[in-house]
Amino acid sequence: MKSIVRRATVVTAAMSTGLVLAACGAGDSSGTDDGPVQLTFQALAFQPESIEANKEIIEQWNADHPDIQVEYLQGDWASVQDQLVTAFEGGTAPDLVHYESSYLQDFADRGWLLDLTDMISDEMKDDIRDGAWDAVTFDDSVYAVPFLLDAQVIFANKALLDQAGIEVPAPDDPWTWDEFAEISRKLSDADTYGVAWTLKDPANRILNLALNFGGEFFTESDGASEVVFGDAEKEVLQRIHDQLYVDQSAAPEAIGMGGSDPLPGFFDGQYALLPKGIWFRQQIMDQAPEGFEWVTIPALKGESQTQAAAPQTVSIAAETEHPEEAMAFLEYLLNAENQATLAKGDWMIPASEGAAENEVLTETPDWPVAAASGAILEQAPFQTVRGYEEWKNKVANPAIEEFFANSLSMDDLGSKLVDEGNAILERYQR
Amino acid sequence: MRVLRSLSTPGKYVALIAYLVFLAFPLLWLLSTALKTPPEIARIEPTIIPENPTLENFRVAFEQQPIARALLNTVVVAGTSALITVVLSIPAAYVMARYRSAVSRLTMLWVLLSQLFPFILVIIPLFLVLRNAGLYDTQLGLIIVYVVWSMPFALWMLRSYVSGIPVELEEAAAIDGAGKLRALREVVAPLLVPGVVAAAMFAFVSAWNEFLFALVLLRTPELQTISLTLVKFIGADGVARLGPLAAAALVATIPSLVFFAIIQRRLVGGLLGGAVKS
Repeated sequence: MKSIVRRATVVTAAMSTGLVLAACGAGDSSGTDDGPVQLTFQALAFQPESIEANKEIIEQWNADHPDIQVEYLQGDWASVQDQLVTAFEGGTAPDLVHYESSYLQDFADRGWLLDLTDMISDEMKDDIRDGAWDAVTFDDSVYAVPFLLDAQVIFANKALLDQAGIEVPAPDDPWTWDEFAEISRKLSDADTYGVAWTLKDPANRILNLALNFGGEFFTESDGASEVVFGDAEKEVLQRIHDQLYVDQSAAPEAIGMGGSDPLPGFFDGQYALLPKGIWFRQQIMDQAPEGFEWVTIPALKGESQTQAAAPQTVSIAAETEHPEEAMAFLEYLLNAENQATLAKGDWMIPASEGAAENEVLTETPDWPVAAASGAILEQAPFQTVRGYEEWKNKVANPAIEEFFANSLSMDDLGSKLVDEGNAILERYQR
Repeated sequence: MRVLRSLSTPGKYVALIAYLVFLAFPLLWLLSTALKTPPEIARIEPTIIPENPTLENFRVAFEQQPIARALLNTVVVAGTSALITVVLSIPAAYVMARYRSAVSRLTMLWVLLSQLFPFILVIIPLFLVLRNAGLYDTQLGLIIVYVVWSMPFALWMLRSYVSGIPVELEEAAAIDGAGKLRALREVVAPLLVPGVVAAAMFAFVSAWNEFLFALVLLRTPELQTISLTLVKFIGADGVARLGPLAAAALVATIPSLVFFAIIQRRLVGGLLGGAVKS
């Protein structure tokens, strides 16, 4: 009997200890009535330099503003959508949220984001590029401040370019798509593919590049959006497909790659050209073997160099109890000087034109190419389509992947994108 | 026949070694990656043994993310969840196995049905329930969720173990003058140890590896578990900082390995030993 009691006591003590520890481990997310305003800012900074930049900015703000204190929360790109949707639904979202413009309209429609139209200072409005503001404005309301921009450029193995006698183009004299195809063929041999197109989840990138030929994929009439698939939309798709299966200058194994997957082959000389976002410079810098020479090629030109401005943004949650204080911090966080630091941390282009001239950025590798890329970014039609994300995830990504895997014809691709796509869009317009 | 038997022994050892390599290789690769520099990780020809081993990834991982605190949080949450799951499941499983009633049958039905619910179906209602109960952003709330999530399977497992213990043993103990409680303590409990250990391992591993509940139900950085901390090494477009991630993941496996090393012996102990001659 005594041993039963002893064992029961041990088990109960263990459970109680665990429960007490757990109960003590309760987050204190409420501020006191007296004392400074407490704000939470969730950032998606990932690179060490970017995390440090965010934290330093917040530390400086907290030191200068004892009555408005900001807590830094680090989110992550892989799970931010699930996390934010649940947080907004449950009324526990951070006061300030770092995300990207493609989700803003959906969040705004659900009433989760504060309308900042009348809260943004004229100084900030004038400093940030018009194209970036367009990407965060829906129904004449501004739901975020844009700050980081990406552009599709091409990274090249400099040694292979030199061997082939190919000159690096200047930002104001970019390669055309025809020249790019010709150069890819020239760079291809038994050991090397001219280009590696990483085409995992390709929809955003294809729609982005399609703007080079005026391909918009969506039209709007009477407030309703429709998917279109004409010659302009087919242009980039056909060119990449031809590189894969006609010229055979594009590596077929890269079709299923994403992220940093192509880097080993790029460093090994298996791929001469690597089309990627401007932020990818950081990955190459970090992982390149000693002595590897590389260069950034400006964005390609079709009828134009136009690409979609899809900035990373910071929004204020509609449920915040301190909107004015949150806006004050936002104005500080994304002023020109801080945007330069943040852009440097992520190797991206700042939406602030003042930040683009900061030497923190101008001293980074191939900055002239990055700076020139910022000037070609405009709002794209697909960025204002309700239901775009569902169309992209359910229809466009899988269908375009099938097309590049050569298991779907161009006509069948068009049918899928249009027929299945319009069925989805119709639900959002009821 | 003797020749065949002797030939099969080396074959068994070859198969065993191959299986061990299959099991251990991911861990070895993790160790290898954790000790490599970024350029070596990005090389086209993979190397098992790092050419220039470095501890820099460990330094970076611990410096940039609170790995130690996350591990402690996870030990508390997973350990407490496993303990509560087992303690609550044992008496319930015994009753379900020994006493056939409408309640037992309904409980079995609940156990089966609950396994059909995907996480995504319950996460928002669960979130709202916990928030309204004041348990959002608390380890206690997360523990309760883990206990509820793993109890059905633990119940099912333990019920099967109890059913496998002949009731004649308890009857024999009763004939020898033992009361119900003594029979349970001295006859049934030792034979149930492998089942209890298996249920505890299941509950612990489930809680240790769990990500989405923790993501949604915890916000304060100081409370975050190791799965939430590891994902911070992955950025946009699926780009991962493989070196620090491997280092952090390697460190994160240590508590699990220690836990398994301690309790795995119990899995083969306490077997029935001819107590009943039929």
